Amino acid sequence: MTRSRDPRILVVRAPGTNCERETAFAFEAAGAQAVHAHLNAVLARPRLLEEVQGLALPGGFSFGDDLGAGTVYGALVRNRLLPRVRRLVDRGGIVLGICNGFQVLVKTGLLPALEGSEEQSVALAANVSNRYEDRWVTLEATASNAFFTRGDRIACPVAHGEGRFLARDEATLERLAAGGQLALRYVDPSGRVPARYPWNPNGATRDVAGITDPTGRVLGLMPHPERNQFPWQDPRFHAGEAPPVPEGMLPFRNAVRHLREAFGMAGGGARRGRRAGARA
Amino acid sequence: MATAPASRPRPAPTRRSRARAGKGPRKAGTAASASLPVLRLELRVRDDLLDPAGRSARAALQQAGLRGLGSVRVLRTYFLEGPLDAEGRRRAAQALGDAVLDVASFGRPRAAPRGVHEVTVMRRAGVSDPEAETARRLLQSLGLCVAQVKAARTYRVQGRVPRAALGAAAARALGNEVIEEVLAGAPATYRFPHPTPAVAQRVEVLLRTLDGEALLALSRRMGLSLSRVEMEAVQAHFRTLGREPTDVELETVAQTWSEHCKHKTLGGAVRMTEGGTVRTFRNLLKETVFAATQRLAKPWCWSVFKDNAGVIDFDGTDGVCMKVETHNHPSAIEPYGGAGTGIGGVIRDILGTGLGARPVANTDVFCFGPPDLPQGKVPKGCMHPLRLLKGVVSGVRDYGNRMGIPTVNGAILFDPRYVGNPVVYAGCVGILPRRFVRKGARPGDLVVAFGGRTGRDGIHGATFSSEELSAESETVSSGAVQIGDAITEKKVLDVLLQARDRGWFHAVTDCGAGGFSSAVGEMGADLGADVDLSTAPLKYPGLKAFEVWISEAQERMVAAVPPRAWKAFQRLCASEDVEAFALGRFTRDHRLVVRHGRTVLARLSMEFLHEGLPRVQRDACWTPPRLAEPRPRAKASWTADLAAVLRMPQVGSKEWVVRQYDHEVQSGAVVRPFMGPHGGPSDAAVLAPKLGSRRGIVLSNGINPAYGDIDPHQMALLAVDEALRNAVAVGADPARVAILDNFTWGSCSRPETLGARVKAAEGCRDAALLYGTPFISGKDSLNNEFRTEDGRVIVVPPTLLVSALGVIDDVRKTVTLEAKRPGARIVVVGRTRDELGGSHWYRLQGWLGARVPTVQPDAPRVLAAVSRAIRAGLVLSAHDLSEGGLAVAAAEMAFSGHHGLDLDLRALPVQGRLDDARRLFSESPTRLLLEVDAARLPALRRLLRAARAPHAVLGTVTQEPVLRVRSSRGRHDAIHSPTEVLRKAWRSALPVPTETAE
Repeated sequence: MTRSRDPRILVVRAPGTNCERETAFAFEAAGAQAVHAHLNAVLARPRLLEEVQGLALPGGFSFGDDLGAGTVYGALVRNRLLPRVRRLVDRGGIVLGICNGFQVLVKTGLLPALEGSEEQSVALAANVSNRYEDRWVTLEATASNAFFTRGDRIACPVAHGEGRFLARDEATLERLAAGGQLALRYVDPSGRVPARYPWNPNGATRDVAGITDPTGRVLGLMPHPERNQFPWQDPRFHAGEAPPVPEGMLPFRNAVRHLREAFGMAGGGARRGRRAGARA
Repeated sequence: MATAPASRPRPAPTRRSRARAGKGPRKAGTAASASLPVLRLELRVRDDLLDPAGRSARAALQQAGLRGLGSVRVLRTYFLEGPLDAEGRRRAAQALGDAVLDVASFGRPRAAPRGVHEVTVMRRAGVSDPEAETARRLLQSLGLCVAQVKAARTYRVQGRVPRAALGAAAARALGNEVIEEVLAGAPATYRFPHPTPAVAQRVEVLLRTLDGEALLALSRRMGLSLSRVEMEAVQAHFRTLGREPTDVELETVAQTWSEHCKHKTLGGAVRMTEGGTVRTFRNLLKETVFAATQRLAKPWCWSVFKDNAGVIDFDGTDGVCMKVETHNHPSAIEPYGGAGTGIGGVIRDILGTGLGARPVANTDVFCFGPPDLPQGKVPKGCMHPLRLLKGVVSGVRDYGNRMGIPTVNGAILFDPRYVGNPVVYAGCVGILPRRFVRKGARPGDLVVAFGGRTGRDGIHGATFSSEELSAESETVSSGAVQIGDAITEKKVLDVLLQARDRGWFHAVTDCGAGGFSSAVGEMGADLGADVDLSTAPLKYPGLKAFEVWISEAQERMVAAVPPRAWKAFQRLCASEDVEAFALGRFTRDHRLVVRHGRTVLARLSMEFLHEGLPRVQRDACWTPPRLAEPRPRAKASWTADLAAVLRMPQVGSKEWVVRQYDHEVQSGAVVRPFMGPHGGPSDAAVLAPKLGSRRGIVLSNGINPAYGDIDPHQMALLAVDEALRNAVAVGADPARVAILDNFTWGSCSRPETLGARVKAAEGCRDAALLYGTPFISGKDSLNNEFRTEDGRVIVVPPTLLVSALGVIDDVRKTVTLEAKRPGARIVVVGRTRDELGGSHWYRLQGWLGARVPTVQPDAPRVLAAVSRAIRAGLVLSAHDLSEGGLAVAAAEMAFSGHHGLDLDLRALPVQGRLDDARRLFSESPTRLLLEVDAARLPALRRLLRAARAPHAVLGTVTQEPVLRVRSSRGRHDAIHSPTEVLRKAWRSALPVPTETAE
């Protein structure tokens, strides 16, 4: 293994994962090194998790999601990888789950991991519309402990059928709110909450779009920030109103900056255009 | 008579030779596990939580006519075969359910409380069920002793509904009895089938002594779809060989010679009579569409009409390829599975182009009967158009989204003649490195099949798709239904591209129509192949050898793997949970040998198989229909007409459909299906398929069968024009656009139907030469007809889809349709003529008309000029004029940008004396609306003048969102409406929820 001054992010692909290329590309553009691995390779060699500073679970339909989104992937991680992932977080590493990756993190109990609990305490249920929907939404970072989301609003698409966040009970929800774990919420284009449909695309409780664990180093979100990483992807682009830095890059940049500081890596700065990733 | 055929579908053969028993599948739980206990696991959404699936089911039952419904909730049920102790049950429940959402319980179902009815839907035995299969694998991977799993949904329905009515409505709305059982109540257990392996037999079919009639009867009985002349050719061949053919040999010939695989009608000779003159073609396709491409000889066309898909240059290093297929007949019977496997099949076409392309986009175009057709008017044996639409959309959604391929472009059309035979076009676009364009199996290469297992699905799909549908098709052809499993195909995609990059195979192709027979027969056509079917992994035991050979089970590919690479290939597949096995070898003896163990089931010469099809000359004729031009009455205001056109399902918003597709995955989307703050319909899709590169692909289409009812030749030109101007409207350079032709036609055994097809082929040729735009791929689907119970035949209208594939340097130079800047000018390009024939506004009045739009010789110049203007940055937005003419285009441009337009019809460039109706609704081709900043107007006008493109400033963009169009006669407004009213009309076109406000 070559030593790198760039944080290494393990991008895991299960059968049916389909956003790994663009997720790795966004991390690389933000200055990280993406390491691609199939889930079977990680299960066969869990030590891979010790050779990286971050773990990304990209979106898709792992194992077809025939049994409910993230069910199979979640069961495999819960039964065979959980202590290794915990250790990664404990030593300062990050975990990012997008869409299907978020669903997996919830099923494993890695999110929200209230007081270190391993039990599943929140869920991503079928959208109120009972339909898969693809549309752009606006996200706002709430006052939270997540360095990932520090910054402005993020416009990016959602594309899912099961993304309605809900907590097991009211008490769980209150504790998540109090702990600053309800990191991202849907707002309407002018920033108002509560966001009504379609701005809250799935009927999520309190407009929650993404949550963190108590450390802030594990983030899961339903929307796809990696789908707004080039200026021409913003729907305002053709009217000449897109921001110069695509808003979807925010969580990736924040994550890489955080890892550089946490692991004492010299600042390499964000790059663009490097080919995504070595394969593990 | 030598044969005494018993019952369908197999004739009783007179000679059989036994072989050893077939090898069963490798999966756990076959005959030995017959005595295992079966557990029932029920998962239901917690009572205090919303159950969206239940609410959807309720809405569907209501739409199926059920009244008096209370709430509906859904129970997910799994039957698990195997002994599980308490701990095993706990772990199974935890794995399959959601700890927060679901309540899990084992045991018999609770008795339904009073006033609650239950109905259960589950897949029929033998029909693929990815959900149950995933559950079995998960439980086994967790170390739980479960041999088989069956999945079911039980719907708990509250309310005062008669049991029989509920059953009937459920059969229509919640399941499809072709593939699913719909049972009253909640079953307590499930009897898992334990079929015994079939015995492989060499079965000879005695045909050498039959006469012509008997040969034809034999072809029908065996479901071969071979004509009398073709059967006689087979007979002659085997007489020369001095032996009888085997069933596998006959099946192989039938599949290879099927219309679907061979294009024997259109690739054959045609004698065309028109207006007293006769012209003949030796090969219609080669002498029209293909000849045009050859004459154009574009250096950027890398591969045309020979591989699975046409390939053109993308950026020098990589090419881009595209294929469009139809999947009409399977979709008519089982819309979800039919459409899903249609998408799955065309994706495999792209995976099998060259040495394998990476799919980057899907497209889909559908044609259905009217969505508001009363249920009583739906012919027996057909589904209601809306049910077909929903099923097809769900199938495309679930397959395309799971594959991680964005669905970016499409159209939906409606016409009463599609009621029995809907049309489902599915397209796929891929990126293919230049060094992987050529392929070829070599002698000694292993015939390697990988991906899904072989089952009984889709037997005779190739021959079924070449027949007409009838009221009985639903029952007799259910074997032709295929069920897709997108994740298996996604895994195939993942390993295929890795193996390609490492050079581990010399050729690859998909198992589409005709299964192994087609894939092996085509790959080995110039070599020969020797295969052993006993090695094939089966979904379940009991398949006959010929079934394994021609099964169209999905998600399978065949590669020619050199022996040195086989181990590595196998390891790669194993590491990603993909099954791969060597079926045999490519040889050099030009024979196709099919064995099962030591029994030889077929030994055919490749030459006979591929060249032995007898050539038949078919007759075609064309007489123009006698049509009258209606005389519409003059009106002062056309606002209500505009709203009515916008409300036509063909014109109005398809948002309910399109939003269910992922059009963003792979992070390449630039111009999406809906653009502007209020989401208007884009003319074309633009994507940047290589991450970090600004080079882009433009995808658009052109289709309008109504023109074909008047003049099929002109329809072809118009479809090409529409596809090109859609592409140009977003900024494509027409000099770098390639096109594809897909025909859905009736039976070409009728000379007049074939005649219309000849006219359209010539139209395609003329269009390609006029615009300088090459066709790179195409496909025909014939015999799209439905025979009703009382013998009436409904023939689909002549339906030509032209798909355009353009390449652009920089996606940042594209434009979208929405009006952007108040004060900017609106310029119309192109001349409007008296051409309402086949128009949407006519159709609204129930008219067809006679004056079909005609493409003018200056069309290429006009499109090139607009493209130059857009690429030079002179244009803020652009929208093409097509369905509904100027009025609809102006409305869409205004409401999508949430601005107004103030236009004057007097300024419109016209030919002849045109009243307001014609100015507003005529569908003359090659016209666009451009929004241009006032400061850029002189430059734009200079450019258009230099190109001699007819154009005029029609008006301006206004802040106030009102569409105002001044009349060409007098001082009044021909149209005056708030854009929001027009947008609402446009959004209410489909009788399905466009937005469910909660």
